[in-house]
Amino acid sequence: MSGVTRAEVCVVACAEVWRGDGEILASPVGVIPTIGARLARATFAPDLLLSDGEALLVQGTWALGDKPPVIEGWLPFRTIFDLIYTGRRHVMMGPSQVDRYGNANISAVGPFERPTAQLLGVRGAPGNTVHHPTSYWVSRHRPRSFVERVDMVSGVGYDRAAAAGPSASRFHEIRRVVSDLGVFDFATPDHRMRLVSVHPGVTVEQVVAATGFDLVMAGEVARTRLPTDRELELIRTVIDPQDLRSREVPAP
Amino acid sequence: MADKRMTESEVVAELRSGMTIGIGGWGSRRKPMSLVRAILRSDLTDLTVVTFGGPDAGFLLAAGKIRRLVYGFVSLDSIPLEPHFRAARQAGTLAVSEYDEGMLQLGLHAAACRLPFLPTRAGLGSDVMRVNPELRTVGSPYEDGEELVAMPALRLDAALVHVNRADALGNGQVLGVDPYFDELFCMAADRAYVSCERIVPTEELTVTAPVQTLRIQRWMVSGVVEAPGGAHFTACDPDYGRDEAFQREYVRAAADPAAWAEFTARYLAGEEPAYRAGAVAG
Repeated sequence: MSGVTRAEVCVVACAEVWRGDGEILASPVGVIPTIGARLARATFAPDLLLSDGEALLVQGTWALGDKPPVIEGWLPFRTIFDLIYTGRRHVMMGPSQVDRYGNANISAVGPFERPTAQLLGVRGAPGNTVHHPTSYWVSRHRPRSFVERVDMVSGVGYDRAAAAGPSASRFHEIRRVVSDLGVFDFATPDHRMRLVSVHPGVTVEQVVAATGFDLVMAGEVARTRLPTDRELELIRTVIDPQDLRSREVPAP
Repeated sequence: MADKRMTESEVVAELRSGMTIGIGGWGSRRKPMSLVRAILRSDLTDLTVVTFGGPDAGFLLAAGKIRRLVYGFVSLDSIPLEPHFRAARQAGTLAVSEYDEGMLQLGLHAAACRLPFLPTRAGLGSDVMRVNPELRTVGSPYEDGEELVAMPALRLDAALVHVNRADALGNGQVLGVDPYFDELFCMAADRAYVSCERIVPTEELTVTAPVQTLRIQRWMVSGVVEAPGGAHFTACDPDYGRDEAFQREYVRAAADPAAWAEFTARYLAGEEPAYRAGAVAG
């Protein structure tokens, strides 16, 4: 299949964060991570659990906006916290700001006492990040989103978890960050963010210019892999036939 | 057994300015909006409101009823950001306690258990500890040596929740797929008030629905209000979904003081039957 879009590369890069996770709940936030989680389960991560975004655990592969085909469990909000505390979950959240240690802000931009832009609030980010693996999706990679210091630490990064002591770091893991430009992880000696791969058509210089802090470079920076034909077919005809992905990441 | 039926106005007459009030539901889902509207018509003020926040927080903030908001998020779900909450925060005029959602649940659970706190990992390392400087950690007395957040009990003077059915005694039934945290709110409160779409005889509650839907028990409840459309414009499945058009109208009106004045004059000036006639039927 031809004409792979940037959005489709991002879907696959998001799907990849759940590779090898086994029988845990994948919790995507945002259009592209949601497509990615469904794609991961439909292909290389068949044991993942997915919710309908409300209170049900569901099986099958279904289109955005449709009803999932099979209900396999009940997961109301109260039980989600029980599940979080067991660690059997990997969430991908969409922060407005992320820093070099993986601290993430979904609460408010500017001073907390009087924000310039109030967002949702910390939601479950503090608890998520100290209980189970967390990844991040940033649909617009720019200096305003990849910042020197986030305004309100909602999701806890490596430096803050270490400073808070063993109880904070015990189950803490920021697995990966995916943006519209590349893929990043924290597999460095001091857990600073590392550029793992750039998406096809993106240069390392572009990523550096769009990032408000110094990235660690992984020797030879790879190119993010392209979707396979089977993955493209699933994305285009089964999971996102309305092409909502291109609204989240328009063609560059 | 006590007949606990009341009107919205009778519930509000039992509340006092300065109280801490918990509001059930979640985001823009199954919020006790007819009780919120009754508070808007009252002279209550200076409230501390604990909520998994939606337009309940928005309306009360817009009317200047809230001194402190205790929340993990405030959102309209299909419209992520709550306009009045944003405006109040960005004006810097609102006292807030912003917690992780799980901490909020544990605070209610601690209050329900009559404990001073419950330990949790949630909050450690985050700025929740910075912006809530009264939060303390507690050391495990066992060999693990863990140091955890001691989430303080969120004791409520009153709780307001909305369910699908109830009997006159206060047994409440949730027919939708998610009970949210409503019974925790009721148990954390000195007095809990349950509004419902329809009051039915007790024996009818389990004729067509399983007993597991009876989430609220009468020992938790001080008053029951029959409030058809009482959650409007938030969702109250399966009785009705969210009124998305009305929610959009709410958000549009919130963007402009003149439009908001018009909105409140049009929908919120009268009692609940007038609201139903103007907003729910339309």
